[in-house]
Amino acid sequence: MSGPPGSRGVVVAAADEIPVGGRKIVEVDGRSIGVFHLPDGYVALRTTCPHESAPLCEGILTGAITSPGPGRYHYDRRGEILRCPWHRWEFDVRNGRSWTDPDRVRVRSYPVTTDGGPVVVHV
Amino acid sequence: MIDCDVHNAVASDSALLPYLSARWRRHLEQVGSRTFSPFTRGHAYPKAARFASRHDAWPPSGGLPGSDLEFMRAQLLDAYDVEYAVLNCLYRAPEQRNADFGAALAAAVNDWQVEHWLGRDARLRASLTVPFEFPDLAAAEIERAAAHPGFVQVLLYPRTSAPLGRRHYRPIFEAACRAGLPVGIHAASTTPGPITASGWPSYYIEDHTGLAVAFQAQLISLIFEGVFDRFPDLRVVLMEGGFAWVPALMARLDALQERLGDEVPDLAHPPSYYLRHHVRITTQPMEEPERPGDLVPLLREIGQEVLMFSSDYPHWDFENPHRAFRTRVPADLHQRIMVDNARAQYRFTS
Ligand code: FES
Repeated sequence: MSGPPGSRGVVVAAADEIPVGGRKIVEVDGRSIGVFHLPDGYVALRTTCPHESAPLCEGILTGAITSPGPGRYHYDRRGEILRCPWHRWEFDVRNGRSWTDPDRVRVRSYPVTTDGGPVVVHV
Repeated sequence: MIDCDVHNAVASDSALLPYLSARWRRHLEQVGSRTFSPFTRGHAYPKAARFASRHDAWPPSGGLPGSDLEFMRAQLLDAYDVEYAVLNCLYRAPEQRNADFGAALAAAVNDWQVEHWLGRDARLRASLTVPFEFPDLAAAEIERAAAHPGFVQVLLYPRTSAPLGRRHYRPIFEAACRAGLPVGIHAASTTPGPITASGWPSYYIEDHTGLAVAFQAQLISLIFEGVFDRFPDLRVVLMEGGFAWVPALMARLDALQERLGDEVPDLAHPPSYYLRHHVRITTQPMEEPERPGDLVPLLREIGQEVLMFSSDYPHWDFENPHRAFRTRVPADLHQRIMVDNARAQYRFTS
């Protein structure tokens, strides 16, 4: 399987190298990229936080808290929200969009394919 | 770049034992820390992050963030080409209810800083830890320890048991001036009383926001109690209290003094004069206006001599010196904030 037209596939990890829930931070063309293994597949994001350039992909994966009203809250999207190690901006690890300001703030995300073999990031 | 606020941490109480007399070693081991704050071990409000620190600032050696000089070099001093860094150790010596124990701990922290920090990297300078709720003991510690050229400032916190302008604190300012050191006031969420003027709030976000108000109260007190008139050489540095509030507060105080000044007729100058001539303010946490460019007129209004860059490493709201402003700051102003103002304020070379 290939990535989007015009993109170039780069092998970043062996097929069983990154456990589910785990991640690997790799260097591609001088860019640092974090590759995450979610239960249903892989996603990849630029490591540099758009705020003040912290190593975003070293942050913890957490969930999203939403509240329909005072005193009630839901915790879901467990393991899909990436929190910056510095000022705690949170990003949807699936598309790189900021959780609080999705239209204005995002970090670059890259398609990932495996095709049953090694993990390939398309840059 | 000069970084005016960096935190070095005492890895554990046992690191201070070599600097304590047998009497206070026993006290530390048998009684331990008892602070003015309502919690002996933690803080009244849980911090946003563990040890209020960057997630990536825990050293591989296993200690607390800020406890490993090697790691601090890699993450801060070398990474950002820091010329000087001013260390503010927030070990809880100044908050001890037992005055003599607090004084002994403060002296131990200072001696530990000389040996483990100032003596090991020529870029480091430090603030003196003093038991400031007991001003005579604080003054004695300034007298004892200020001779070491690595100490460049006396460290206080903004939430004191009374406003710092009250005359009972005068020995501290007197001793600081005698030693030729500025007095730095650094954010700390510890306090002998409720943390806001209206009592105890519920959340850390209130604690953190409320710090700016505490700084304002101290500045107002220092001005109207005449501390700067009494000590013309005194310099005060406000650290980690924000700065967007400064122009509004100064304009208000100047206007009020014209109407209410009869109550404080001894004041030699308008309130804003003291800000420009006696007060310096560190930048972190940087103000981040909706339109980033709005920052520049604010910086100009505060005055080009007033602000000094700080990163607050290793704390969670650390500022990357290359990205902190998020807008283009004119080169001359940038140079003052990043280097010149700190150089004029502190005795880096002596
Ligand atoms: S650098 Fe990531 S939130 Fe500030």
